[in-house]
Amino acid sequence: MASLPQILTANRLRDGDVVYWRGGSWVTSLADAEVFPDDPSAEAVLKAADAFVKGREVVNPYLFDVRIAAGEIKPVKEREIIRAAGPTVRPDLGKQSLGKWAYDV
Amino acid sequence: MYRYDEFDARFVKERVAQFRYQVERRLSGELTEDEFKPLRLMNGLYLQLHAYMLRIAVPYGTLSARQLRMLAHIARKYDKGYGHFTTRQNIQFNWPKLVDVPDILDDLATVEMHALQTSGNCIRNVTADHFAGAAADEIEDPRPIAEIIRQWSSLHPEFSYLPRKFKIAVGGAAHDRAALKFHDVAVEIVKNDAGETGYRVYAGGGMGRTPYVGHVVGDFVAKTDILAFLEAVMRVYNQSGRRDNIYKARIKILVNALGPEEMRRQVEREFAEIKTGGTLEVPAEEIARITDYFAPPKFEPLSDASPEFEAARNADANFRAWSDINLSTHRAPGYSIVTISLKPIGGVPGDASHEQLDALADLMDQFGIAEIRVSHEQNLVLPHVRKKDLPAIHTRLAELGLATANAGLVTDIIACPGLDYCDLANARSIPIAQRLSERFADLKRQRDIGELKIKISGCINACGHHHAGHIGILGVDKKGVEFYQLQLGGSGAEDASIGEILGPGFGEHEIVDAVERVVDTYLEKREGSERFLDTVRRLGLEPFKERAYAGWAFHI
Repeated sequence: MASLPQILTANRLRDGDVVYWRGGSWVTSLADAEVFPDDPSAEAVLKAADAFVKGREVVNPYLFDVRIAAGEIKPVKEREIIRAAGPTVRPDLGKQSLGKWAYDV
Repeated sequence: MYRYDEFDARFVKERVAQFRYQVERRLSGELTEDEFKPLRLMNGLYLQLHAYMLRIAVPYGTLSARQLRMLAHIARKYDKGYGHFTTRQNIQFNWPKLVDVPDILDDLATVEMHALQTSGNCIRNVTADHFAGAAADEIEDPRPIAEIIRQWSSLHPEFSYLPRKFKIAVGGAAHDRAALKFHDVAVEIVKNDAGETGYRVYAGGGMGRTPYVGHVVGDFVAKTDILAFLEAVMRVYNQSGRRDNIYKARIKILVNALGPEEMRRQVEREFAEIKTGGTLEVPAEEIARITDYFAPPKFEPLSDASPEFEAARNADANFRAWSDINLSTHRAPGYSIVTISLKPIGGVPGDASHEQLDALADLMDQFGIAEIRVSHEQNLVLPHVRKKDLPAIHTRLAELGLATANAGLVTDIIACPGLDYCDLANARSIPIAQRLSERFADLKRQRDIGELKIKISGCINACGHHHAGHIGILGVDKKGVEFYQLQLGGSGAEDASIGEILGPGFGEHEIVDAVERVVDTYLEKREGSERFLDTVRRLGLEPFKERAYAGWAFHI
């Protein structure tokens, strides 16, 4: 079975904010994240993230699966949907409050 | 209230300075995340789904107005304007920045608070009956011994690297309001036949993936011997508790593997040895000194009948309902214990805004109330309130959105943060609590249902105490979809029991209906004034199961 596209995420060390990889740096919105179509490209970028861990920019980088529908990224796991948006019980908090990102869970 | 002595103050200050330096070293790259993580956890700092989370200890659930104001200040200045009270009488802030945490801890130290031992494999914050010192049925205030245990267990060199975390609770009345039998160790204040006060000690209770009700390991431990006895329990655990498997590392696994009798034998052997040394005897004068800190306020000589209170009950139906439901009997005539519900209909259980925290502190000052308590049921408690002040207090609480009349009723739901915040969760808890609270919002119906404790956890770790719920709900993840298992018949009180799973899990949009069908079954089948829990115990699961799964295609 072909693997799903993947995204690389981490938390920023200084403030804990959720960040995503895009072209060699980190962005705060899932909509701006770079999507890796296959395992080799995803694994390569996970390895590249090591330099940012050593450089104290991020902690705990990992890959997660997404689906792309109508050009929109949707994580497979609810955990990543909530991480990308904020608590579903407080739409005024987290990234969703910036108007950038909101998902129906 | 307990006040720090010079050693406490210096110790906390030193720890904050140490942590500030550790954060600096982390940010400069001197420490890796692997090296830093255990250090931040020792200071109550987690990394959760969206951000860091700081868990602050509220020893035995007691706070002053000054401390409440400091929590409001922290919520405002460093966080997003609110805090979350937990099932272990702590408060959590969900959005602090790592770089701010040393300043937060410095601010906390100015009001004699800290976040030490709120995480990690050590003896955690010691919890106590939230009605301590006020309840009419109390033998003795449990907080002095909780404080003695806190001092003994803080940075105890032998118990800083236990096989797993270790939770201790203390109760002072026959009615257990502290979920004693679900703790690693619990101390219950009891009287013997000679009328002397001592301690019954339980060990091996717990929730999580393998729930157990604790066993008595000491029937009547003398007051001066309590630390020696607890140290004996800890030594047996530290020596024989499993370190090879995180899921089998809690003391409950050891107690149940050895059997309660063998556990008792080993504890008694250690106890005898420690006693021979005589080093851990708590001097009676030290017990007296610490007890003095918890002396009750000077109660005014009041009549228990208060005309102001009765007049307000007659004039205001809301006040009458609230006073029926949220007040408990105080030991002193003319006084009452007030439960301030943090469960508004449709709200997030346990959350309080900085405005509410500040306003509560003002209310305490205005009415001369020195302490407020955090309950493990995620509510707040004003322990000593003159009955004649209750109408004015109720009016103010109502203005603050804190006068929900539901203490102990079906909408007074415990819920862990769940997948909305927690890195460990498999499913959301809070939205289920909100939908249930909305479904049962009608107060007349709630009062008809009577005492019913619903407890919800978003994963098997059971922070939402689902095993001890009259109705327990456990969120699970089935191939990326949230499902909710229903358990019935648990109790965290003196009649402790573990709920039994009803059957297959319900979907997010089915669980509220299923709970309602279970409650309706109770209403049909109860006899007399039987509580929900008693009906479940009398009838077993079958009638509830039948109704809960009515219309399901599979054979039950």
